[in-house]
Amino acid sequence: MKPARFDYARPATLAEALALLAQPEAAVLAGGQSLMPMMNLRVARPALLVDINRLPGLGEIRLAGGVLRIGALARHAEVLASPLVAQAAPLLPQALAQVAHAAIRNRGTLGGSLSLADPAAELPACMLALDATLVVASARGERRIPAGAFFHGLYSTALAADELLLAAELPAAAPGWRFAFLEVARRHGDFAMAGVALALGPNAARLALCGVEAGQRRQPAAEAALAAGDPAAAIAALASTDAMDGPDLPAAQRRHLAQVLLRRALAQLEAADAAA
Amino acid sequence: MLPPDEPTAGITCSVNGQDIRTQVPLRRSLVDWLRHDVGLTGSHVGCEHGVCGACHVRVDGQVVRGCLMLAVQADGARIETIEGAADPLTLALQDAFFRHAALQCGFCTPGMILQAAELLAANPTPSRAEVREALSGNYCRCTGYQPIVDAVMAVSADMPARQA
Repeated sequence: MKPARFDYARPATLAEALALLAQPEAAVLAGGQSLMPMMNLRVARPALLVDINRLPGLGEIRLAGGVLRIGALARHAEVLASPLVAQAAPLLPQALAQVAHAAIRNRGTLGGSLSLADPAAELPACMLALDATLVVASARGERRIPAGAFFHGLYSTALAADELLLAAELPAAAPGWRFAFLEVARRHGDFAMAGVALALGPNAARLALCGVEAGQRRQPAAEAALAAGDPAAAIAALASTDAMDGPDLPAAQRRHLAQVLLRRALAQLEAADAAA
Repeated sequence: MLPPDEPTAGITCSVNGQDIRTQVPLRRSLVDWLRHDVGLTGSHVGCEHGVCGACHVRVDGQVVRGCLMLAVQADGARIETIEGAADPLTLALQDAFFRHAALQCGFCTPGMILQAAELLAANPTPSRAEVREALSGNYCRCTGYQPIVDAVMAVSADMPARQA
């Protein structure tokens, strides 16, 4: 199980990386924790690997002016351990603790997970629930895409072939907002059978799922019910999700798990409120 | 064997304290290079897609999947394999794995020990659940995991004594 042949480039500057990405069948190599398995299985056969691991500053995490900016090359382990992230986006550490395993979190990157858009991945759901803006660049220039417009469904995003994700920008958690991320997997760190990313504010809510639907989106009906203070209606609304179906896990079971997880998430926030 | 016209690149790195300057095939994984070209066969190749953890090595002090990193990416890096991991924690874990019969065939053991050492370095007093979580990315098909967790807990219990 070895990858097919490829060319390899390790640019030292962003401009150089973007020029390389304009070449046909180029692929970005970030943490490699999804791309390398796909190449070893020969599901992916890029002609050129553009290794962005040495690009300066692309992994920076900073908080300024009420905006948390996480560079695309920030490793999961770094984001998980970051005090700035814990303070400004407390949903992310909850989710990242359930992302894969320690050795994979040492290499895997935020940008890699978002660019791949695996339906079971935790971080796309978090970006939706945290109302992130994604900053992308190509040799043609830079643009900013709201998370809601970035994810286009199964392994599909707004990124053009020559574009590179540079960072995610998240509004820092506002007072009165609470966050919960819960998932069910067969083994800790395995792909989620279902997961919920919930941001609950005063008369407002943002909710996204992972491992349930093939695409990544917010759940407007459930959000409206939560904003109106009707958790039972929110849980009921998840009965009509467009859940993935398969012999290992029927759609009805994924829907059921999503409903159970939302109920638990709400109970967790309520218990935290009662303790406070 | 790769064909003679296989594209390669030059790398310079340190492996277990020894400096190496060589050419590597672009598509050779770090663990394959360590095993076939450097001759260090302590890191094992199990699933080759990041699931089993048998290929764990340390790169610049962090445990990574050796099958999901290319040898060419190790240019400039400091690599440690189980053969070179001589820190007290690793040695204590090797001893505890032996005493607790935490291995049978031994295929998963180097990966387990490197991962357990990383856990104990960050958290010297983990709960059993935390040990299980830290080792969730390492498959063992022999032991049923209980003696592995026992061994890690035993090293943890000895750590304050060793520091005193």
